[in-house]
Amino acid sequence: MSVSLELQPHLYDPKKIELAHIRDGFGHGLVKAADANDQIVALCADLTESTRMNYFQEKFPERYIEVGVAEQNLVTLASGMAAIGKIPFVASYATFSPGRNWEQIRTTICYNNRPVVIVGAHAGVSVGPDGATHQALEDIALMRVLPNMTVIVPCDMHQAYQATIAAASYGKPAYLRLARDKSPLITTEKTGFEIGKAQVLREGSDIVIISCGIVTHGALIAAEQLEKKHKISVGVVNMHTIKPLDEQLIVAIAKQARFLVTVEEHQVRGGLGSAVSECVTSTRPMPVLRLGIRDRFGESGNPTELLKHFELDADGIVAAVSQALTHV
Amino acid sequence: MNPFGYNSIQLQEKANDIRQDIVTSLLAAGSGHSAGPLGMADIFTALYFNVANVDGKNIDDANRDRIVLSSGHICPVLYVTMAHAGYFPRKELQTLRKFGSRLQGHPHRESLPGLETTSGPLGSGLSQGVGMAYALRMNRSRARVWVVGSDGEHDEGNTWEAVMFAGKHRLHNITYIIDRNNIQIDGFTEDIMPLEPLRDKYEAFNWHVEDINGHNMDAIVNALEEARAIQEKPTCIIANTIPGKGVEFMEDMPEWHGKPPTKEESRKALAELRTLRGKISHSEAS
Repeated sequence: MSVSLELQPHLYDPKKIELAHIRDGFGHGLVKAADANDQIVALCADLTESTRMNYFQEKFPERYIEVGVAEQNLVTLASGMAAIGKIPFVASYATFSPGRNWEQIRTTICYNNRPVVIVGAHAGVSVGPDGATHQALEDIALMRVLPNMTVIVPCDMHQAYQATIAAASYGKPAYLRLARDKSPLITTEKTGFEIGKAQVLREGSDIVIISCGIVTHGALIAAEQLEKKHKISVGVVNMHTIKPLDEQLIVAIAKQARFLVTVEEHQVRGGLGSAVSECVTSTRPMPVLRLGIRDRFGESGNPTELLKHFELDADGIVAAVSQALTHV
Repeated sequence: MNPFGYNSIQLQEKANDIRQDIVTSLLAAGSGHSAGPLGMADIFTALYFNVANVDGKNIDDANRDRIVLSSGHICPVLYVTMAHAGYFPRKELQTLRKFGSRLQGHPHRESLPGLETTSGPLGSGLSQGVGMAYALRMNRSRARVWVVGSDGEHDEGNTWEAVMFAGKHRLHNITYIIDRNNIQIDGFTEDIMPLEPLRDKYEAFNWHVEDINGHNMDAIVNALEEARAIQEKPTCIIANTIPGKGVEFMEDMPEWHGKPPTKEESRKALAELRTLRGKISHSEAS
């Protein structure tokens, strides 16, 4: 494990951390990709501004399609457009797409093997005050069981930008998961991004925290605190692609680590933690501490207090790992 | 251009041949749906042998019309028609539904070249066709989309989402042919979830509607040609059909929705169909 990525210079200084919207990275990335490829089209289910498809709409109105509040039509129309050679990006909130239209995604996009990019915005409890109906906590699980599907969960705005551009030329069905609230920048414009290649954000060998999405910054802070507190070496991996999973890297990490920790803003059953557990079970069995939402729904609140309540902020991660250190 | 351009008599004879192969392939399969495919043989024949610009020898032509089957369970009629139209050898029809076959129980696009989509779960074929029509219009293509669906799948909300969208965008390059045979698995459509007045519903969504006898070849060809001529609206053809058409003991019998004929039943069905075919030739001579 070695860190050769260019990252933000003040990752561990809460006063100097910059916040930005992941969905802005998607919105601008889509415009950039569409500048280069006139076959890219965008479809939205009545959530143009909040999914940040408005940037695309303003620049390419003739390639923008408002579908209305109809998520089943959203993805099946896109499948049909892909049949004619278009590269459709379809956006809604993740609870509705892929939440409501899963079978249409399964049959007309995955089994039919059409390169549609499904953008699930407002995923995770950090959606905040809208409450549990609008906080997707099952979408990674729903998408990663589908053959032909790729699942990408960018950790910050810059990564969302690059992931969007990568998905546009990937040529396969893909799911791109976005969060609503501003979150800390970890990567930069120069960090680089490759689908399926996880990123070591912090070296460390005793314990490795594998994370995805906006909770990744909390994982970094937690790693720093755990090192000081327990005099151990703690690494952090940004597993931005849940499928195909970077098994090679996980196996390499597992050779050295005492145990692995996964952190995600998703149910602990079926998401990143399950994917990592499945990988080590069949390669190098070892304990995996899975942090996430424990078989319940979210609730209203502000994002910071919700992440704290569900123990997915740095303090929560430190407490859970410290506890595990006493018996694993 | 359609490479066959059959006249009415030739189409009727071809539809009869297709019905015979539906019966033999279902017998070989030992499972599958009998009534729906037989009921739609005339319409598929009209599309592939006269009206649609499709060619089994040139399946990747970007300007081809797209024939989309939404109600995937009636795929035997699609497979048999495609085989007759030169997409693949007729003898392969005997592999229907068998392990390793390209003719999956419900159509899988990547298994069989020439299929435009994968279908089976009801209610999402029209919206795929609408997506194709929208993209073709963006490309300024003159290709048309012909979607074949069932009456029962109007219970699905996804169908109406697509109907609204096509009406909004005045997609004149799509035609939705509804297999109005009045039955679905649990009974008659008007008992399960009434669709009538179906014409009024489509008209209210800004579609052009035609109501036809789905077994009158001249009426079918005329309706499909009329759809081509309508410039401002998508067209819906309510094709009133008889499930099991051509085989008397299957006609209008709900139990024939989801089962294949036995050997004895298929012998009887084929005899009946051959007699009917003779009558078509006779009427040509007279």
